[in-house]
Amino acid sequence: MQNAAHDAEITVTDLACRRGERVLFSGLSWRAGPGAAVRIRGRNGAGKTSLLRLLAGFGWPDAGFVHREGAVAWVGHGDGLKSDLTPRENLEFHCALYDVPHTAVAPAIERLGLASVANLPCRVLSAGQRRRAALARLCLGSAKIWLLDEPLTALDADAQRVVESLVDDHGRGGGITVFTSHQPLASGLPVVEVELT
Amino acid sequence: MSTAAAVVRRDLILAARRWPEFALPPLFLLIVASLFPLAVSPAASVLALIGPGVIWVAALLAALLGQELLFRPDYDDGALELMALSSRPLAVIGTARVLVHWFVTGLPLIVITPLVAVWFSMSPAATQATLIGLVLGTPVLSLVGGIAAALTVSLKRSAPLLALIVLPLCVPVVIFGTRAASLADGGVPADGPLYLLAALLVLALTLAPFAVGAALRISLE
Repeated sequence: MQNAAHDAEITVTDLACRRGERVLFSGLSWRAGPGAAVRIRGRNGAGKTSLLRLLAGFGWPDAGFVHREGAVAWVGHGDGLKSDLTPRENLEFHCALYDVPHTAVAPAIERLGLASVANLPCRVLSAGQRRRAALARLCLGSAKIWLLDEPLTALDADAQRVVESLVDDHGRGGGITVFTSHQPLASGLPVVEVELT
Repeated sequence: MSTAAAVVRRDLILAARRWPEFALPPLFLLIVASLFPLAVSPAASVLALIGPGVIWVAALLAALLGQELLFRPDYDDGALELMALSSRPLAVIGTARVLVHWFVTGLPLIVITPLVAVWFSMSPAATQATLIGLVLGTPVLSLVGGIAAALTVSLKRSAPLLALIVLPLCVPVVIFGTRAASLADGGVPADGPLYLLAALLVLALTLAPFAVGAALRISLE
């Protein structure tokens, strides 16, 4: 668990990532402090997801380094939901993994508007509902750093606004949100743009 | 320990909701075993001789059946990433999954083994030695398979490679298991090979969790 006395921080120094022979990006440096929202932009295949995975600590960069202060909440490309479990059961399992009391599940379901489908198996949910269930994990626990890969994919306008309000609240609480998105996030926070070319 | 309990609980719920998948290993053992009287000889003396070997080979192959899917679904849907980012060690989470694998494949095999033993006219002593051997040996098969499954989880078609890794490593288990049965059948104490099986189980239980955890972490790169 992170030390509450520390402020959240991500520092990326001279980072490079290669996939096979191809250099995705190199010489990438930026820093994000408490309350920051960082949007990683770039065309398809520019390395947005690879950068996000390096920030999460999956694998090692080919050059440079990532310094991270604070625990991570991750919403990746896959939703991590078990199709045979209900959203509620999936979230309860998440609580058990991350040491969060189960009482946090009901408010998370409410916030993401999943109350009507909370007890249905995830396999009957639509793509947008599954995405909402995946994003509901952000309401569980107190991770200071959120890493979101295309969080708005498949979401309707209502859900997009919920995500924006979640990111706003998180930023006001001193958290950092790093996300990849083709759409801008209408957040009240100043958004730092990181462009991958 | 609560992490392991949560993983075990989730996997048992999933197993219960997809139970036909997990009825396969015992059915597989029955079908494989039924081929031998047809292919080799239906004579009771021949069947009693080959019975323990048939059960052990079928148990090994049955353990391989579900092995590919041990970590694959979690890898594909991103749940493994969430497990890796939690503050809990992947070794504990991975080992809990392996234990459930044993519970849904190894244990049912042990339960129907007496039936196959009667069918193959095995002596009570040989049946008993085979059963004790399976109780000690099938968790080893699951644990070794767990390491291989973790190593190959990021590959598209991992089943053939998985078999190539697991089968040679499980040869000692099969040797000691069948040796115990043949000793018992001859009226000689079978303690030696059974103790060796127990030693293999202790070795696998102590070292496999670390190997599984490390292999899963490498796969997430």
